[in-house]
Amino acid sequence: MIHPVPPGTRDVLPDEMRELRDLSTRLHAVFEGAGYGEVWTPAIEYEDVLRRGDESAAGAGFRLFDDRGHVLALRSDPTIPIARLVANRYAGVPASLRLCYFAHAYRSVERGSGQAREFLQGGIELIGIAGPPGDAEVIALVLGALSEAGLSRHRVGLGDGMLYRSLLAAADVPEDERRPLLESLWRRDLVRLEAQVDRLGLSPAARELLVTVPALRGGPEVLDRVDGSLAGAVENLRECHELLRERRVDDRVIFDLGLLRELSYYTGTIFEVYDPAVAFALGGGGRYDDLLGRFGEARPACGAGLDVQRVHLAQLAEESQASGGTA
Amino acid sequence: MSTGGLVIAIPRGNLFAETLDLLDRLGASTKEIRENERKLVFEDEGILTVRPSDVPTYVEHGAADLGITGKDVLLEQSEREVYELFDLGYGHCRMIVAAPAAADPLGEPLRRRGIVRVATKYPRVAADHFASTGRQAEIVEVKGSVELAPVTGLCDAIVDLTATGRTLTENGLVEREAIAECTARLIANPVAHKLKAAEIDAFVARLRELK
Repeated sequence: MIHPVPPGTRDVLPDEMRELRDLSTRLHAVFEGAGYGEVWTPAIEYEDVLRRGDESAAGAGFRLFDDRGHVLALRSDPTIPIARLVANRYAGVPASLRLCYFAHAYRSVERGSGQAREFLQGGIELIGIAGPPGDAEVIALVLGALSEAGLSRHRVGLGDGMLYRSLLAAADVPEDERRPLLESLWRRDLVRLEAQVDRLGLSPAARELLVTVPALRGGPEVLDRVDGSLAGAVENLRECHELLRERRVDDRVIFDLGLLRELSYYTGTIFEVYDPAVAFALGGGGRYDDLLGRFGEARPACGAGLDVQRVHLAQLAEESQASGGTA
Repeated sequence: MSTGGLVIAIPRGNLFAETLDLLDRLGASTKEIRENERKLVFEDEGILTVRPSDVPTYVEHGAADLGITGKDVLLEQSEREVYELFDLGYGHCRMIVAAPAAADPLGEPLRRRGIVRVATKYPRVAADHFASTGRQAEIVEVKGSVELAPVTGLCDAIVDLTATGRTLTENGLVEREAIAECTARLIANPVAHKLKAAEIDAFVARLRELK
């Protein structure tokens, strides 16, 4: 008789576990080596904590009541608990903080999608360093950790989470019309987005910008194609690129002006990490300058998380590529 | 190669002929595909031929960089993480609610039973449509010949695709509500969309020129 496990969860046997453990160890060594000390937060948080960080509780899918009737939620995002931890434990510490974590997160998934409900995330949070210098440190460290894990073809898609909002504001799109457009972009439905923009009756130049900018991906030349309404975001991205060039990882950067990330706490630079052998992003992150202020002292911050199992898939593909197989 | 090094999943089904014609106009050689009904993978051309409803699956999981399928399929599989890049314009049909020619085929069961029974091949589209219009519906999923369901008393109404409306008329059904306009769409895997940006943009640019 087979005793089932819940859909979206799985057991791991020694051969795979050995490799996953080795991968986590290597990533951890890179993070620690760069001064990111490991922290541990509880797997269950008060739901209010998650909701304070993200209005949809970061997609938390599993809740229970404790003996006093408080709602607890299984951690759906590692960054929000770390923001809570920093507010509680590092209040009044003026210096920048570098923290890393390896922890499981839990999400509800759409029926039958085959996605994981439980997944292991390894990541870093850099607190107290604003703007491109902080962004570049985090991105370069994640790219370096992936190289250390044996990947060679990984890339980072770099964008700005506020960019399309700024465009909508610059084009004077009424507030209540903005949400459906962002929703289409978030759902990656560029056909619907174009139809919605057409219905707004904007000037040809504004219409062109709202339709073409989300599709701009490529090298630094794509930044030349966006006009003054985006000056702040574009300047940040250029500066970040320059800092990544100094760290010799700029050849891994793909600018992606249509990039949006799921969580609502991002305030500026956002990014995702890809490998050609894996059809899903290996991880990602971004700048969240408002999040710590919701728990305590306002401090700029930027972080990144990797899905360890997906990085493992990329490692396997890299190995089979190296041994002459097909990736 | 016509697809510029990209792998594209195309639908065997109603959109198949027009999709092959489109590939011809893009300069692809579709001769082998037209001559091989049973072969599914055409490596030299970079083309996979799959069921229309499987196209998003192949693209989401990266077995193909691009795919062509109907908007009806994309509406029903709205959780798929794929980019919808371009409206190809062909294969036009409409997603509708249809019911037998009667005075008030949807309102009557809602008043007397509190629920309307709806048969469909698109359970999610149907459920969303009735939920978003504030009506309680029991969705009955069937795999084919949806028009038969109201005739046999299985349900009060259907949600289905119609192009000309002829099948509806032949089965004594009348269109009651429009849900969406559907055409063939070009979709892309999100990672390929970044890592093969130039190739994909070139492909879309040629489609725009042809349209």
